[in-house]
Amino acid sequence: MQKITREMLIEKAAALIAEGKVNRVLGWKNGEFSYDVTPALFESVEEMQKDFVFGDFCGANFSKYLVKEAKKDGAVLVFLKPCDTYSFNQLLTEHRFDREKVYAVGIPCEGMIDVNKIKLSIGDGLLSIASEGDTVKVETLYDGVKELNRNEVLSERCLNCKSKKHVAYDELIGEDGEVIDSNRFDEVEKLEKMSADERFAFWQNELSKCIRCNACRDVCPACTCEKCVFDNPNSGVENKAAANSFEERMFHIIRAFHVAGRCTDCGECSRVCPQHIPLHLLNRKFIKDINSFYGDYQAGEEVGSRAPLVNYTKEDIEPCDAVKGDE
Amino acid sequence: MQVKEYKPKIVAFCCNWCSYAGADLAGSNRLSYPAEVKVIRVPCSCRVNPMFILRAFQRGADGVILCGCHPGDCHYTSGNYYTRRRMALLFSMLDYLGIEKERTRVEWVSAAEGAKFAATMNDFVATVTALGENKRLEDLRCKK
Amino acid sequence: MQRIGVFVCWCGSNIAGTVDVQKVSEALAKEPGVVHSVNYQYMCSQAGQEMIKNAIKEHKLTGIVVCSCSPRMHEATFRKTAQAAGINPYMVEIANIREQCSWIHKDMAEGTEKAIVLGRTAIAKVQLNAPLKPGESPVTKRALVIGGGIAGIQTALDIADAGFEVDIVETKPTIGGKMAQLDKTFPTLDCAACILTPKMVDVAQHEKIKIYSYSEVESVKGFVGNFEVTIKKKARFVKEDVCTGCGLCTEKCPQKKVPNEFNLGMDNRRAIYIPFAQAVPKVATIDANYCTMLKTGKCGVCSKVCTAKAIDYTQKDEFITEKYGAIVAATGFNPISMDKFDEFAYSQSKDVITSLEFERLMNAAGPTAGKLVRPSDGVHPHKIVFVQCVGSRCSSCAEKGKEYCSKICCMYTAKHAMLTRDKYPDTDVTVFYIDVRTPGKQFDEFYRRAVEDYGVHYIKGMVGKVSPEGNKLIVQGSDLIANKQLKIEADLVVLAAAIEPDKSARPLATMLTASMDTNDFFTEAHPKLRPVESPTAGIFLSGACQGPKDIPETVSQAGAAAAKVIGLLAKDKLVGNPCVAHSDEMMCNGCSSCEKVCPYGAITYENKEFRGPNRTTLIRRVAQVNEAVCQGCGCCTVACPSGAMDLKGFASKQIMAEVDAICK
Repeated sequence: MQKITREMLIEKAAALIAEGKVNRVLGWKNGEFSYDVTPALFESVEEMQKDFVFGDFCGANFSKYLVKEAKKDGAVLVFLKPCDTYSFNQLLTEHRFDREKVYAVGIPCEGMIDVNKIKLSIGDGLLSIASEGDTVKVETLYDGVKELNRNEVLSERCLNCKSKKHVAYDELIGEDGEVIDSNRFDEVEKLEKMSADERFAFWQNELSKCIRCNACRDVCPACTCEKCVFDNPNSGVENKAAANSFEERMFHIIRAFHVAGRCTDCGECSRVCPQHIPLHLLNRKFIKDINSFYGDYQAGEEVGSRAPLVNYTKEDIEPCDAVKGDE
Repeated sequence: MQVKEYKPKIVAFCCNWCSYAGADLAGSNRLSYPAEVKVIRVPCSCRVNPMFILRAFQRGADGVILCGCHPGDCHYTSGNYYTRRRMALLFSMLDYLGIEKERTRVEWVSAAEGAKFAATMNDFVATVTALGENKRLEDLRCKK
Repeated sequence: MQRIGVFVCWCGSNIAGTVDVQKVSEALAKEPGVVHSVNYQYMCSQAGQEMIKNAIKEHKLTGIVVCSCSPRMHEATFRKTAQAAGINPYMVEIANIREQCSWIHKDMAEGTEKAIVLGRTAIAKVQLNAPLKPGESPVTKRALVIGGGIAGIQTALDIADAGFEVDIVETKPTIGGKMAQLDKTFPTLDCAACILTPKMVDVAQHEKIKIYSYSEVESVKGFVGNFEVTIKKKARFVKEDVCTGCGLCTEKCPQKKVPNEFNLGMDNRRAIYIPFAQAVPKVATIDANYCTMLKTGKCGVCSKVCTAKAIDYTQKDEFITEKYGAIVAATGFNPISMDKFDEFAYSQSKDVITSLEFERLMNAAGPTAGKLVRPSDGVHPHKIVFVQCVGSRCSSCAEKGKEYCSKICCMYTAKHAMLTRDKYPDTDVTVFYIDVRTPGKQFDEFYRRAVEDYGVHYIKGMVGKVSPEGNKLIVQGSDLIANKQLKIEADLVVLAAAIEPDKSARPLATMLTASMDTNDFFTEAHPKLRPVESPTAGIFLSGACQGPKDIPETVSQAGAAAAKVIGLLAKDKLVGNPCVAHSDEMMCNGCSSCEKVCPYGAITYENKEFRGPNRTTLIRRVAQVNEAVCQGCGCCTVACPSGAMDLKGFASKQIMAEVDAICK
């Protein structure tokens, strides 16, 4: 269960609107179902009272929306969970929005629930979900109410949460947490330990599910290019849909490489993937390599930090030593 | 049916100032290496976008090698340092995806190292030939 | 679609020996876009070039592919040929079928097959070539030299003698730099002032040179040939053009307790002062930190005694903006602080001094009028220990000191030892060293004279500790050759402190977008072949700001930098390399990735107005490439996530076309 409530956030927004500090709010509202929460722009307190929600399904990271929002007149209020603040800073580093046009309120996060885990656990007939402390009560059509352990249905990125600390905000609601020494590289390591054939089989299986819906790209806060290379006929890699397995791989390799050193590991790509491809494992591989080759680097931790791929030292590892190969 | 001897397709990106000159020197000294190697001249190894390398594989290359000035000797002072980082990460990623790591290589070859250029190409072609055709990274459409 | 002409060269038998040139020209004739394909014995010959020119006219060719030797050999030749026939020289591509084909293959079939692929690759590239025109920019025929030490002086004089205007900016009230503080110079032992001050006078009197003393560079804008520099002239409270330099004020000023930095604080000067007798400009300066008049408004003695009426207590900092074509960094060096070297008791005893302090002690114009005495009690020392490599050649993990060799210490220590023994034969001199490094003309001979003729004791080993005991200094060190520990009672200890770049160099480098190494020495454009140029076009390096140097080396480098500046200023306009980066503003994210990797500082950002939806205007931050500064490496093109940045002549599309042609 989240420590803060919808009402607290509406109250904060109302105060800021009344003070004239902001004239609109980036927030969450229910989609078709209560667990299908979608980002929305609210232009008044009334609108918020009607539709604004906050709860266990408000995973969406709003940082990317600021690129567009900050171009409009007046300041926008944005609620940032700790992991969102890293993307926020990274976008500031890349001069993607005007800091003056944004009022950032840091909010604590107790981890977001992955509805797919619930669906897998209860089978068909999901009616509603309610969270109480460490328990998640799921009402189903066929089996009545089922109780699940909250930890078991948390999304992968929240189980491996890297930080409860906000690295950017104008003000905080609630208390700030700490950076967490998470096990987020365990999965990557497991893959690295496989043979090349096994790795190939793993990724062939995963990436062949890709339907090139571009959701991963569209949600990614690091993918804010004015024109994406995949949409640009002059880039040489443009395509709308993958025609074969190579293009699926190429899309994901290029996408991961483009955000390497800039990806904050927010996990939005995996969250939105309709095919449940563990895309974060590509980004995390780059993050893990960067940390081990060039020293620990957390994108977005500091505004203005120099990303590892636009930096070097004279003693950097040679490519031949960087590749693990088949052990 | 006669089995045709397998000859790999090798794309070699060479920086203009060191490695391309090194390749020229190999030629001037008549140091032979397989004709499978075809060189593309770029101003600096840092001009080589990972997309070019993937493109080569997509179009049927069996191996891609990138040659530049030795670290510290870059004509543009720092280009090859960036190349080194980009390629270390790219190659590690290809390996992670299960692509044979022997298909990609970065080698530093100076303008004076004609012999090294020839030896490198001989070795690289032999390695890639031993691996056989690049099946894992290839766009089937582009194959005849 | 291009109309491409293919010209296959035999190069005598060099190519034709292992490549069937007829087959190559026939095969390439079938490639898309090719309207003319021939082969000829020597394409680079007059006749061969005529053949190309005629074909261009006859077949209305728009692109040329020459299959011949390496482009490093004849690309320029064929570009000129194309230009002479009226097409853009950058519409020419070379397929290297000699060095990278015929010379390395023995089998005719193999060589021919590869030559066809290489030709096809060049054709694929030329299909996408576009005419390129090198950019031109004018050159402001004036140079700025930052730093007025011997390096800056020599550079300025050489540039001015070639007929160009030069401004020197010097942060101190006088030019002269470190050399003015030295007593004698190795290996000839001529007095530093005697050889330096005439040069200072030359600078002052040169009609092409202007000195901004007591001034600093405030900001630098622009690029090679077109810099705009703002210089801050600090208020010296004395009208420079009025002051006669008589020095009366400096004698009458009642504030006598100001540490004299020229003598490294070993004596005092007044609040109004002229650093030394031969200062240039010879103008007094009021030290605002000490002047009673400026601090309390009560005094005014200097103003009263000044017959020229040069004192102006109301003077303010003045900002001057000037245009330059070239900038020379000559910011020099300083000995490192001895704060972290407490084992040598520098802070505890006045009789532990640095080598530069020793220079002042030996100098006739110094605090002791050249008499070598202990700073603590004025007594003549009978036993002096010199310690070399204090802070030089430290291990990289050490928290103090520098990794590099300061280069000059071995020689000046030998000089100090020799001068001491020469003037005071009753003084015993011991030098502790790690290695004695004397690579230079007459250097080793000089050092050997110190040992052999002057009886200086050289001990290989480091000093571990110096401790004051009574009026003596106990020096504990090791003798590595005799393999024993030594304890020497000394009257004076002289530390050869490492030298480091002046602290002003780092912020200056940022302003100039000139790169620096980890020690804050400026980096050269090429360590061997372009040692006096910064990678940033139009910025040149003179003297110790590039690395530790002695005077002869500094002067030769200063001259070399001047020669490079003259070469630049002699041009009326700069013609750039047309193969430069170019950003597509519509696609640029303004993320600064390209700016960060550019070694030349060629990329800047601008907030530009764009048309937004519904007749709105959007302001976006977009990259601008300065074509006069860009050298065309292409690093930015890969750093750019959106692909907005591309390189002319080596465009992504062209390279991918080459890849495709090879893999076909």
